Amino acid sequence: MECVFGLVGDGFAIVAADTSAVHSILVHKSNEDKIMVLDSHKLVAASGEPGDRVQFTEYIQKNVALYQFRNGIPLTTPAAANFTRGELATALRKNPYSVNILLAGYDKEIGPSLYFIDYIATLHKVDKGAFGYGSYFSLSIMDRHYHSGMSLEEAIGLVDKCIMEIRSRLVVAPPNFVIKIVDKDGAREYAWRESLKDVSVTSA
Amino acid sequence: MSIFEYNGSALIAMVGKNCFAIASDRRLGVQLQTIATDFQKIYKVHDKLFLGLSGLATDAQTLYQRLVFRHKLYQLREERDMKPETFANLVSSILYEKRFGPYFCQPVIAGLGDEDKPFICTMDSIGAKELAKDFVVAGTASESLYGACESMFKPDMEPEELFETISQALLSSVDRDCLSGWGGHVYVVTSTEIRERILKGRMD
Repeated sequence: MECVFGLVGDGFAIVAADTSAVHSILVHKSNEDKIMVLDSHKLVAASGEPGDRVQFTEYIQKNVALYQFRNGIPLTTPAAANFTRGELATALRKNPYSVNILLAGYDKEIGPSLYFIDYIATLHKVDKGAFGYGSYFSLSIMDRHYHSGMSLEEAIGLVDKCIMEIRSRLVVAPPNFVIKIVDKDGAREYAWRESLKDVSVTSA
Repeated sequence: MSIFEYNGSALIAMVGKNCFAIASDRRLGVQLQTIATDFQKIYKVHDKLFLGLSGLATDAQTLYQRLVFRHKLYQLREERDMKPETFANLVSSILYEKRFGPYFCQPVIAGLGDEDKPFICTMDSIGAKELAKDFVVAGTASESLYGACESMFKPDMEPEELFETISQALLSSVDRDCLSGWGGHVYVVTSTEIRERILKGRMD
């Protein structure tokens, strides 16, 4: 089941998410990318109801882009996080989106940052955060091994430790993960951790 | 489990001699899982007025944003800060506006009024004020806080003794509550200065 987690290192932020599209007991897909590149220097890793997740993250992405067009300056990471929280909080008392979000970003003045926003719109700036069943394992692993100012190698090592723990201890562990990174050079995909390749079905 | 106990919190305000203190724990949790241990529950409205918000964290954030907005409008129109009594009435009416779909928060208001007379008050989630001469408590640890404050509080304490009393009351109370703790945040306010201190507590 869903595992989304992230951490802040020295000059970068990393987020990882499982890539399984699950419906009750069926796995429909194991290469579903749940981390959206919000703009050049922001990543949104989301978990929750699949429809809400896609709808809401795209809505945020387009509105952040609209802001940039109108004002000629991009939204900072804290500004984008507060905007996201605002939208989620307004929706909460009408028809709520059930999406949990980890928003990672890099700003020239602020440096890397990671924001925790849950589906009821609780916003908090964190060094490390996680959602879903995987959080029971990844949070503990990160509590044990995380320290401030981690290098990229250390951080990737920690992310791999978390993935290994989820794979070995979680009954409903997803097979594949995607890791994305954001630093001064922008937001981009870093790597995949796949234990199961999607096989193409031979046509009948 | 009550929605008021979803994130966990502990809040106190105490009156001293021409001063007051307001303190909170620092935990942000989702039920039994701890998300962060540096969460802000006490907000400064102006130099002599503080607001603590216990209960559901998302509603605390929304409520705080609305109250700051209203206070800024007041400052612009009146060219002065709000008196604590006035602010309490504002909080009360904003809460009662949502009588049939409340913000799940219990606020604590502490401030210095005319001639630096301390004012403390708490409210339920629909804005029923409860004024007190000595101390007020709120949050998931409120039962144990009542006991601690009842036995430790003395009237007319000087700022230093007040700090010691409120800190001891907070730290001993949160140890009996699973949903609050992980350090404390204390403000001691006199007419001339605001003293802010972070307390280390049991991290389990």
